[in-house]
Parts: sequence; C-alpha cells; structure tokens
Amino acid sequence: MGKIKLLQGNEACAEGALYAGCNFFGGYPITPSTEVAEYMARRLPQVGGAFLQMEDEIAAMASVIGGSLAGCKALTATSGPGFSLKQENMGFAMLTEIPCVIVNVMRGGPSTGVPTGPGQSDIMQCKWGTHGDHPVICLTPAYVQEIFSETVRAFNLSEKYRTPVIIAFDEIVGHMRERIEIPDPGVLPIVNRTKPTCPPSGYLPYDDTKGDVPPMANFFEGYRYHVTGLNHGTDGFPVNASPRIHTDELRLIRKVEANKADIVKFEETLMGDAEVAIFAYGVSGRSAKTAVEAARKEGIKVGLFRPLTMWPFPEEQVAAIASRVKAIVVPELSLGQIIFEVERCARGRCKVEGIFRVDGDPINPAQILAKVKEVK
Amino acid sequence: MSGRYEIRFSGSGGQGLILAGVIFAEAATIFDKKTAVQSQSYGPEARGGASKSEVIISDTAIDFPKATEIDLMLALTPEACMKYYKDIKPNGVLLVDEDFVKETPKGTFKVVRLPIIRTASEEIGKAFVANIVALGAITAITGQVSIEAVEKAVLSRVPKGTEDLNKKALMAGYDLARARIT
Repeated sequence: MGKIKLLQGNEACAEGALYAGCNFFGGYPITPSTEVAEYMARRLPQVGGAFLQMEDEIAAMASVIGGSLAGCKALTATSGPGFSLKQENMGFAMLTEIPCVIVNVMRGGPSTGVPTGPGQSDIMQCKWGTHGDHPVICLTPAYVQEIFSETVRAFNLSEKYRTPVIIAFDEIVGHMRERIEIPDPGVLPIVNRTKPTCPPSGYLPYDDTKGDVPPMANFFEGYRYHVTGLNHGTDGFPVNASPRIHTDELRLIRKVEANKADIVKFEETLMGDAEVAIFAYGVSGRSAKTAVEAARKEGIKVGLFRPLTMWPFPEEQVAAIASRVKAIVVPELSLGQIIFEVERCARGRCKVEGIFRVDGDPINPAQILAKVKEVK
Repeated sequence: MSGRYEIRFSGSGGQGLILAGVIFAEAATIFDKKTAVQSQSYGPEARGGASKSEVIISDTAIDFPKATEIDLMLALTPEACMKYYKDIKPNGVLLVDEDFVKETPKGTFKVVRLPIIRTASEEIGKAFVANIVALGAITAITGQVSIEAVEKAVLSRVPKGTEDLNKKALMAGYDLARARIT
C-alpha cells in the first residue's frame, strides 16, 4: 500500500513528476499552475534535483530543453499566457527531439483572461500552437489520482518517443483536492530514454536507420553533437534540401501516429448500449459522468467517452462511435474547439452537438442532461 | 445523488475559508475514511472579494466536484451570503455570523446564527481563528465527520505553536453550535 494523502491536482502532478524521476524544473509562476512550481521548488532539492525560476516563460521553456539535453527529466508548468510564450521553444524541442513535459493548467482566455477560472480553450493550441507540421502528444487527466498517473505516463512517453509531451487540465481539476494513493516505487513502470551504445566518434544523433526514435546521448557524457532548429541531417547539422526534409518530417509525425495504439488512452462509461454518446474531458468529463448516472436512472441510454489522450486524437474510436449512436454531445469550456475534431471523425454519420461555456463556471450535469434529452 | 452531502464555506478572501474546507475534507478522507472532494473559487485579488470553498462528502465516487444542491452553507460576510446562497437546497442550512450578517435572504432553508467571529476574538482572543471556530460549528451541525477526525486534521494543517489555540477555537465552535441547535 502506498502513501495516502489529500492533494490538489497541481500537487499530484508534481508528485507524479517526482515519481517518474523528474529532477529538473524550469518555470515562471502563473495562476492557476503555480502550485506545481511551489511543490517542485520545495521537493526537488530534497531529492537531489534542481529548481530554476527563470525570468519569463520563454526562458523557462529554454531551460527545460537544456536540462533535458544534459540528461535530466525536465518539467515546466504554466497557463494560457505562458503557454503562448513557450510555443516557439516547444516547436524547437519537437524538431530537435528533446524529451520534456509541459503542463498547461487551463484558465479562461485569450490574453490575461480569467486567471482564477477554469478553461478548456487551449486544447487546439496544444495541437497547433507552434508553427509547422509537428508531432504532438497531449494528455488530459480529470481526477487527482489520474493527474498523478498521467504525469508519470507523460514522462514515459516523452522518453520513449523522444518528444515533448503536454499535459492539459483545467483550473478546477488543478486546484481541487481529492484522496490520492501514491504508489510505492517500482509499482508503476518508469521509462528512460535509449542511449547510444556506439562510441562517441560514431554517434549520429538523428540516425533513423534502425528505427524512428534514434538513441539520445546526454551532454557531458562524452558525446558531442549539434542541436539546431533548422531541419537537419543524421549528424544534427543543417540540411535544407530534398529529400531529407521530407523524409525526416514524415518520420517525426510517424513516431507518434504509428504508435497510436500505445499512446491513445480513454475511459468509456456505459457505452455498450448507448444511443447518445458524450465526448468530454477534464472537469467537463467529470460533469458528464454525473449526467450519465442521472440519465440512466431515467432510462436514457447514454454513455461517456472520456479521452485521456487528446493528441493524437482518438480518431478510430470516435468514428466507430459515430456509426452506432444517434448523436454525440460535446460539452467544453470554450466556444467550440474539440467539437471540430469530433465532427471531422463523425463524418456526418450522427448529429454532433456542443455545449459551450466560458463564464468561469463549469458546465454542470443538469446542462448536459438537458442536451442529451434534446438530441436523443 | 443520494448519499451526497454538500457544504459551502463563504466569506471574504483572507478569512481562511479555503483552509477550513481543506481541513474538513482531510478529516473526512484521511481520518474518517470517507470519499470527499474539496474545491474553491476566488477572484484575482490577494485579499478581499467574495471567496468560497466547497466540500462534497459521499459514500460513493464523486465525479462532478462542485456544489449545486447545498446541504449547509456558511457565510461570514453579507456579500458572500447574497452572492452564494441561491444553491442551498430546500431544508438545507444557512449558517451565518450573527454580528456581521444581520440580514439573511428568504428561502426554504433554515437559518442558524452564531457569534463566530466574536467567539474567536473575545473568547479565544484571536479573530483569525474564526475559520476554525466555524469548522467546529459545522462539525456539530452537519454530523458528517467526527470531531476527533476534524481535530486531527486541524492539528496537521495549522502552524506549529498554534495547536492549543486552534484546538480551543474548534471546541468553542463545536460547543456553541451544539448549545444552539439542541
């Protein structure tokens, strides 16, 4: 039996990071994510790690990239405005294939918006916030225990696929407290990056001849290599020529897309005989679960599909649901973002109806229940 | 949502109501082994502004984490009282500070008035323990969590050196409410 605690979502995120072996945090505090930084500032020195508060979010993201290159498991946490600032460096980490974890505790936006209120309107930014075609893994936990385990999974996926992983949850889930059991070390699997076995003289940091995820050497272990945001060759030096750019871009995307079976995760509640499905995540997913319970008591056949991996999007699953239900209801704390993905996958096979709210309060179960009754 | 008990602590930012909620949830989950969720809502101000903290206690899993049909609401300021009372369910309880919340809204709920802040400042001698006095009163009125569990949770959360003060505050609130409601 592990340790039982009452923790905030943000604190559970920090605990999950430590469990995964995170030993570097570079950040800049911002509501409603600050508790992640505070917790790491207190705990990292106790476990031999390092905490750096940088001058802004751009530098914070840069420090995380540097920390990871030096062999650390690196974390940063932010919210809307800070997440916007991190985008360029996130793209750099995606192209240069540097594992790291970025937490975005979503508040209302755009701009400074609603610092202390929940939002889910950065979900498309998680996918498309940085420019260019790029691989994205984004996890969306909704319970305190789940934030812990998904943070561990985020580090594992990041190390395994040598790519940044985003964890996106909302202010309510980040600030709420629930009972959590922190498992003993060794209970959850921990993945570490594959290091080269060749001597430093023969090391090519982007050698894709043996697979889509080339082994990664840590700096200061004898391996010297070039890291650039320009498209590059197997040795890391710039190559802006055909066909290398094309084949390498395809590999970056394939690294994630070809491994969807390993990366995509979701929870289904009473979907078996459902005539109406709800697609919801984060606090809206919690609300939807309560609505499903209430609807079932009234004999309405409704189920919930709750993605824990939002990117890559669970396309096959949503397509399959769309072909057997009358309607999919999509509650989200935005004016309609993830609904476009659901519509894209549904391809007109069923109705897709949204419930949108951006006033700083969550969508409550009664609102969802009313919409379910309307579309059934 | 049977078996679900919803409590809202409200007042002004800085009165320690979020901490009160955290302590109550900790008493329920860690010391009384029940299922509980604590959440909060506050403005961007560091002090002032209406602030609330909610605790939901249940015998089954809690999904929707916010209070919508409140069994008991505490209000330490008139502003918070008027802003947040509407979710109190029929036959629920509105617990107010009798000196600071003179006028209470009309509704199908029961109103309990207690001198929470006065008890903290005059009987205990520190106005800042009003949140703990309130916690004692809420423990007595709701009967959801044992006073022993709340005491343990208080002692595990308050600063070192203030244990006796907080214990006294908790029991003062508990006794005050028991004397009024029985």
